Amino acid sequence: MAGLSLRNVKKSYGAVEVIDDLNLDIESGEFLVLVGPSGCGKSTLLRMIAGLEEITDGTISIGGRVVNELPAARRELSMVFQSYALYPHMSVRKNLAFGLTNLKMPKDEIEKRVADAAQILQIEPLLERRPRQLSGGQKQRVAIGRAIVREPKLFLFDEPLSNLDAELRVQMRVELASLYKRLGTTMIYVTHDQIEAMTMATRIVVLNKGIIEQVGTPFELYNRPRNLFVAGFIGSPKINMLKGKATHAGAGSEIALDDFGTVVPGALPTADETITVCVRPEHLSFGSDGPFTATGEISLVEYLGSEIYAHVRMASGQILVVHASGRAQLRMGETATVSFDPAFAHYFDAQGQRVESGDGAVQ
Amino acid sequence: MNKFIRRNLPGYTFLFPWLIGFFALALGPILASLYLSFTRYDILTPPQWAGLENYEYMFTWDDRFWQSMKVTFTFVFLSVPAKLIFALGIAMALDKGIRGIGLYRAVYYLPSILGASIAVAILWRQVFEANGVINSILAIFGIAGPHWMGNPDYSLYTIVTLAVWQFGAPMLIFLAGLRAIPNDLYEAAEIDAASKTRKFFAITLPLLGPVIFFNLVLQTIDAFKIFTNAFVISGGNGAPADSLLFFTIYLYEEAFKYFRMGYASALAWVLLIVIALFTAIAFFSSRYWVYYENERD
Repeated sequence: MAGLSLRNVKKSYGAVEVIDDLNLDIESGEFLVLVGPSGCGKSTLLRMIAGLEEITDGTISIGGRVVNELPAARRELSMVFQSYALYPHMSVRKNLAFGLTNLKMPKDEIEKRVADAAQILQIEPLLERRPRQLSGGQKQRVAIGRAIVREPKLFLFDEPLSNLDAELRVQMRVELASLYKRLGTTMIYVTHDQIEAMTMATRIVVLNKGIIEQVGTPFELYNRPRNLFVAGFIGSPKINMLKGKATHAGAGSEIALDDFGTVVPGALPTADETITVCVRPEHLSFGSDGPFTATGEISLVEYLGSEIYAHVRMASGQILVVHASGRAQLRMGETATVSFDPAFAHYFDAQGQRVESGDGAVQ
Repeated sequence: MNKFIRRNLPGYTFLFPWLIGFFALALGPILASLYLSFTRYDILTPPQWAGLENYEYMFTWDDRFWQSMKVTFTFVFLSVPAKLIFALGIAMALDKGIRGIGLYRAVYYLPSILGASIAVAILWRQVFEANGVINSILAIFGIAGPHWMGNPDYSLYTIVTLAVWQFGAPMLIFLAGLRAIPNDLYEAAEIDAASKTRKFFAITLPLLGPVIFFNLVLQTIDAFKIFTNAFVISGGNGAPADSLLFFTIYLYEEAFKYFRMGYASALAWVLLIVIALFTAIAFFSSRYWVYYENERD
């Protein structure tokens, strides 16, 4: 097990900067997920940690040792690839043993490790098969097996579940989480799927255009997004974003919104500027119970069984997504009243940075 | 119109010119040569049935037949592996993503286009002549080079060298094969602490199996059929001392110098059987060393 430290790490391809002066500390034993949209640099960052990609500037340390110049094989880490990268002409057993053979490990030790990994991942009956004879989920297990036989200090996962179907992805997510619990090894996991990030991570790093937008626990990211990008990226369906204008009014602030009129969220340290009020679908409700209400027409109903996400077109033309219980009777084309409580909203200034009220009334 | 005909008519229409060519110009002579191989035939008089006489003579009395076999087999066993190794080496060098790779590819492929021509064979002859380019270079270092073409000890090797120099076609196929190997596998091997040599033997070679097999079969067939280069360089008679008496040269001599068409036909059929046998061996052995990703289990 080892921690990892990235100091002023940069990566550029010619004039194109992919990672810009990145600093990050990963504790030993953490399950850290790098998440972000396509092209944000998350896979590049992982490959730089792995030693598959040279860094342009900065230092990478694993377990306190700078590894910039060390080849991938000597960084004591294992990596699971998105494509699985299993050697197609070798049996599962040989795939698992390949790395250990290269390290010239004694034969009985190799056999023991392969057997242990096969047992942990329940792939014992598959050991003599070739990769093409395996299903996607089995291939993924073998790829993980190949990583764990090395007993590395650090596991790297590059979007390992993206080639699996939805059901298998959920199952493998659970298996990976229990594997992490069992091994306790530091894991760095890249994904663009925020559900994977939220369900597995001890901490999440949200990357955007090569810079870190926020680092935090899944709870922190969901409940206290540092900026508009994180607020929009974390959470599904996406958070509702309402544009407004903030002004000071006595000891508090007033925000003029298109559909809900003037809302009073408490004292915000900002005035006379555009402000974005973000509300998650579960913090909007149907009915007139909340302090601020507005009416709109239901344009789409997404029925998910236990819950419903209704898309409501407001008078301003903006569409809000509202969460409702699965038993709610909602029909497309109906007029509905949407209620909104500013206490559960997030506020972002014109630069997209989070603003909070001094009296703590605003979440 | 019958459904089968309606569905396949366009296909057969496009095939038609080739089918005419095949039946009229290829299949006819092939079958005729099979018949002629059992006859005595000098073109001027009608063929006379001779049964197995030609084959019997070939295998029991004809020393030049055995000499031509020896020369041809030596050539095949030397030139094919050397050419494949050379072609793979160049393909790997070109696969590194160097600048101007298109130009290099064209330049390296050039000998293959020119290679079968008489002009290149003549050029080769001049390069290896007693006072040719090779010996002039050797002379700079004070080495008196032999008469490569005139010495039976060396003559075959000059033709082998020429064959290896024509590595363009297999090189292009190797290059396509190398490009098809996913880079992920090399990266996984990198993390798995595989050295460059290990990566080559454990990943590149096995995954190139189908391409190596394809090149091996094609080059072996080509090597057995070598004619133009050998004809020009040997002066058309396998000289010196029959050291360049390739099978096809011997066949040519029998057919067009001595007009023993029956015997030449028998020689042609023996060559066909030898090539078929080698191809069959290659196919049979391939199940033990060629890995196909899409093969059914």
